[in-house]
Amino acid sequence: MAIPKDHLLWMYETMYKIRCYEDKMAEAYAEGKSPVFNIGAGPVPGEMHLATGQEPAAAGMCVHLKKEDTVTAPHRPHHHAIAKGVDLNRMTAEIFGKATGLGKGKGGHMHLFDPDVKFSCGGIVGAGIPHALGAALAAKKKGKDWVAVAFIGEGAANQGAFHESLNMAALWKLPLIVVIENNQYGISVPKAASTAVSSNDVRAAAYGIKGYYVKDNDPIDMYNVSKEAVERARTGQGPSIIEIETYRYLGHFQGDPEVYRDKNEVTLLRQKDPIIRLRNYLLNEWGVTEETIAQLENKATAEVDQAYAFARESDYPKPEEALEDVFV
Amino acid sequence: MQQTKQRLLTGNKALAEAIRLEMERDPNVFVMGEDVGVYGGIFGATEGLFQKFGPERVIDTPISETAFIGAAIGAAAEGMRPIVELMFVDFFGVCMDQIYNHMAKIPYMSGGRVKLPMVLMTAVGGGYSDAAQHSQTLYATFAHLPGMKVVAPSTPYDLKGMMISAIRDDNPVVFMFHKTLQGLGWMDQLDASIGHVPEEAYTVPLGKANIVREGTDITIVGIQMTVHQALEAAKRLDQQGIQAEVIDLRSLVPLDKETIIQSVKKTHRLLVVDEDYLSYGMTAEIAAIAAEHCLYDLEAPVKRIAVPDVPIPYSRPLEQFVLPNADKIFQEAIQLVNE
Ligand SMILES: Cc1ncc(C[n+]2csc(CCOP(=O)(O)OP(=O)(O)O)c2C)c(N)n1
Ligand SMILES: [Mg+2]
Repeated sequence: MAIPKDHLLWMYETMYKIRCYEDKMAEAYAEGKSPVFNIGAGPVPGEMHLATGQEPAAAGMCVHLKKEDTVTAPHRPHHHAIAKGVDLNRMTAEIFGKATGLGKGKGGHMHLFDPDVKFSCGGIVGAGIPHALGAALAAKKKGKDWVAVAFIGEGAANQGAFHESLNMAALWKLPLIVVIENNQYGISVPKAASTAVSSNDVRAAAYGIKGYYVKDNDPIDMYNVSKEAVERARTGQGPSIIEIETYRYLGHFQGDPEVYRDKNEVTLLRQKDPIIRLRNYLLNEWGVTEETIAQLENKATAEVDQAYAFARESDYPKPEEALEDVFV
Repeated sequence: MQQTKQRLLTGNKALAEAIRLEMERDPNVFVMGEDVGVYGGIFGATEGLFQKFGPERVIDTPISETAFIGAAIGAAAEGMRPIVELMFVDFFGVCMDQIYNHMAKIPYMSGGRVKLPMVLMTAVGGGYSDAAQHSQTLYATFAHLPGMKVVAPSTPYDLKGMMISAIRDDNPVVFMFHKTLQGLGWMDQLDASIGHVPEEAYTVPLGKANIVREGTDITIVGIQMTVHQALEAAKRLDQQGIQAEVIDLRSLVPLDKETIIQSVKKTHRLLVVDEDYLSYGMTAEIAAIAAEHCLYDLEAPVKRIAVPDVPIPYSRPLEQFVLPNADKIFQEAIQLVNE
C-alpha cells in the first residue's frame, strides 16, 4: 500500500528538526567548556548523549503513534522525545536546568518526563523496557487500543530486563514493541564484542513473537516495518521486536575521545545520510518541490530556535526547590 | 634535609598501577567490566591494562551486570581473584542480588568454607550535574549490609595501597573511587586528585582511618570529597583560631571506631560530613558511636552535614544546594565550637 504523502512529509520535518536540535545542542553543550573541557561547566552540564544520525528510528516509528501511546526512551532520548511530540520548550529548558523545564530542572537530559504525551526516559540501560511493558499491560486492562514502544540501544538487549519483559509481553500478548537502535556500539564496545547473536530481531524467536530488521538506517523501511508492528499490537496480535541498523555520528557522549573507532568511519556514514536520502526520495519519487522542503525545514528550524531561546531566557530554580517534589 | 623527588600520580593512574602490579604478581587476578578494555574504564581505573595484558585478562563485558558480577563470584569461588567494575555505583540496582545476597553472604553461609577473594570497584559521587541516576555515593547502602568490606579512599596514595590490599584480601571488597578524585582531565581539577605515589607495590590496611589534620577544638569526620572539603574548612577555621582535627575514614567496613573515639575525647566536639543521604547513613553511624562510647566527653551535640534526603537534582543551583561543601562545614563548625 502506498505511503500517505503527509506521513512522509512529517517524517522529513521531524528528522530535520531532530538534526537541528542535536546540532544546536552540541554547540550549547560546548559553551563554557573550552579551552579546557570540563563536564560540569557551561549552560548545559553533565553527560550529553546525542542522536545525530539515528533519526529514522524515532521518526519511522512515531509517525504511527498517537498521543495515548506510550514511549519509553533510554539515555539518548532527544530524537524519541521530539518525534513523540514532547513540549520542545520545556524539554530544552529542562536540559538547561531551568525552572520552566519538564521536571523543573530536577531531571536533566537523561530524565525527561512529559506525561501529556506519555513520554519518559532514563539513564539506566534497559530500565525503560519494563515500564513500556507496564503501559501495555495498563492499556489492555483498560480495554484501549493503545500501544507502548520501548526504544533501546543494541547494548540494552543484553540486559536481563529485556528478556524478562519480552517473555512476559509474549505470554500476556501485550501491545509492546521494542525498537532496538543498533548504532554498532555500546560506548566503546562494538556490537560483535557484546553478543554472538547476528541481529536482535532473531531473538524474537526465543519468545515466539514477531521480529523485524531494518537495514542501513532506511527511513522508509523503518516506516513500513513499524506500521505493521503497531497495527499488530493495536489489534491484539502481540508484541514485536524491531532492530534497525543505524549510525551514531558523534561520540557516545560529547567529549568522548573515541579511541575505539577509525575517524574515517563517520565520514563514510555521513555520505549516506538518511535525511539527505529521504529528501532526494521526496524530490525525485514524490514530486515534492524544493519550495515545500524549504518550508518544512524553515518551520523546523524556527521551532528549534524558539525552544533554545525559551530555555536560555528562563530562570534557574531557587536552590531550596531541591527539597520539593520528593513526595507528591 | 634530604632532597626527595616526589613521584606524582593522579588517582586513576594510581589505581591502574595497583591493578597492574597485582596482575603481574598473580596470574589469578583479572579484570571484567563495561569499557574496561581499549577505553581504559570510563573513569580511567583500568587505563593501559588492556594494552599490557590483552583481552584474556582485561575483559569488556556486555551490559549485563547481573551476569558478570555473578560470574566474578563464581570465578572467585574457583580461586580466581577477579576485579569487576560496576561503572557507576548507581547501577547497583540491576545487580544487587548478586552483590548482597550472594557475594556478601556465601562466605558466611558456607561457614567460612567458600572464600570469595574479589573486588567490586565502582565510581561514586556527584557535583557535575549528572543527575539522580549517576551522582550518588551510596556509601551506607553497601556498608549497611554485612559480609563485604567497603572502602572509599581519598588520595592517590591510598587508592593504590588500598586497592592492593583489596586484591590480596580473601574477602569480597567493594572498592569505591570518587570520580572527582581520579584526576581526570575532563572533570573539575582538584589538587587532591594528584599526589605522591611510590612506584613499588605497597599496602594500606583496610579498616584504618587516617587523621589527616590534627587539632584540639573539634573533630570533623569525612570520607572522600568531604575530607578535602573539611581540610579546606579547617584552614579557614585556623584563621579564626579554631583547630579542627580532620579524620579521613577511608574505610566504612571495617570501621575504625577507636580513632574516632580518641579524637572526640580530645576535642569534645564532633561534626560528621557525608556526600551520601542523611538519614540512616554514615553520619548517623558515627554519631551513634560517639553516643555509645564518649557521650560524656562531648561538650555540644553532634552535628551532621549530608544530602538532605532528596535524590541528587540535575540543575546546578539545586545540586550545589544539597551537596556538602567547605563553606557549609566552616559555618557549622564555627557554630558548634561557639555552642
Ligand atoms: C545498567 C547500566 N549499565 C551501564 C550503564 C552505562 N552506560 C550508559 S549508556 C551505555 C551504552 C549503551 O549502549 P546502547 O544500549 O547500545 O545504547 P547507545 O549508547 O549506543 O545509544 C552504558 C554501558 C548504564 N547507564 N546503566
Ligand atoms: Mg548502541
